[in-house]
Amino acid sequence: MIAVSTLVFFIGLGGVLIRRNLITMLMGIELMLNAVNINFVTFNHYLFPHRLEGHFFALIVMAIAAAEAAVAIALIINIYRKFATVSVDDVDELKY
Amino acid sequence: MFAILATVIIAFSILSVIERKILRAAIYLLFVLVATAGLFYMMNYQFLAGVQLILYAGGIVVLIIFSILLTSQINSKLDRPKKTHLFSAILTAMGGIGLSVITIFQFAFVPTPAVAAEVNMRTIGLQLMGTGEQGYALPFEVISILLLAALVGTIFIARKK
Repeated sequence: MIAVSTLVFFIGLGGVLIRRNLITMLMGIELMLNAVNINFVTFNHYLFPHRLEGHFFALIVMAIAAAEAAVAIALIINIYRKFATVSVDDVDELKY
Repeated sequence: MFAILATVIIAFSILSVIERKILRAAIYLLFVLVATAGLFYMMNYQFLAGVQLILYAGGIVVLIIFSILLTSQINSKLDRPKKTHLFSAILTAMGGIGLSVITIFQFAFVPTPAVAAEVNMRTIGLQLMGTGEQGYALPFEVISILLLAALVGTIFIARKK
């Protein structure tokens, strides 16, 4: 179980690193958050089955992921309006 | 059952990262999230599985697909990543996997003898609004403030100038 979530986390990390497109990077971040959720729930279920801390933590992570995705997509749409692209290489106005 | 779900999760997460058609990558992400809901269901957390399906599969993936359709051509392909980028990303991921797996297998996990709590809607509701021992009212309220802030912020960012 933990091995699965480890693999998914680092696959997501690799996805964030190899892609230059904002939306695919966001998808990589979602994969990582999902892996963290699997971890919390697994620890809750196998090591502390009499409490529900991991369960509620996973719920809160999900709520934050939803808020984060909404804000990120609003930003991406706004960037697309301004630059007509979603590639991070072309959005470099603040870089220099 | 666990083997099937684990295979689906890992295979589709790899596919969603290496797929070059962006809409297909989003659909593979949907499969990963649905299989994760199955994993939660397998561990008897039905409420969490339901929330995962509604929020991730129903909400976030739809948002991502909408933004893909708004920002790119339907069958446009992503550029092939640079060799150095690809190589360093794979190296980072492999290094991280190795380090984590070594750490996990060195640690002896001790299961508690405590009997498993029954996870039904009544317990979840009482704990989510409880203020005493094992009560999560404060995080719940903080989350609601955060959602309000995200709502206002998103409207402000995405409004027409």
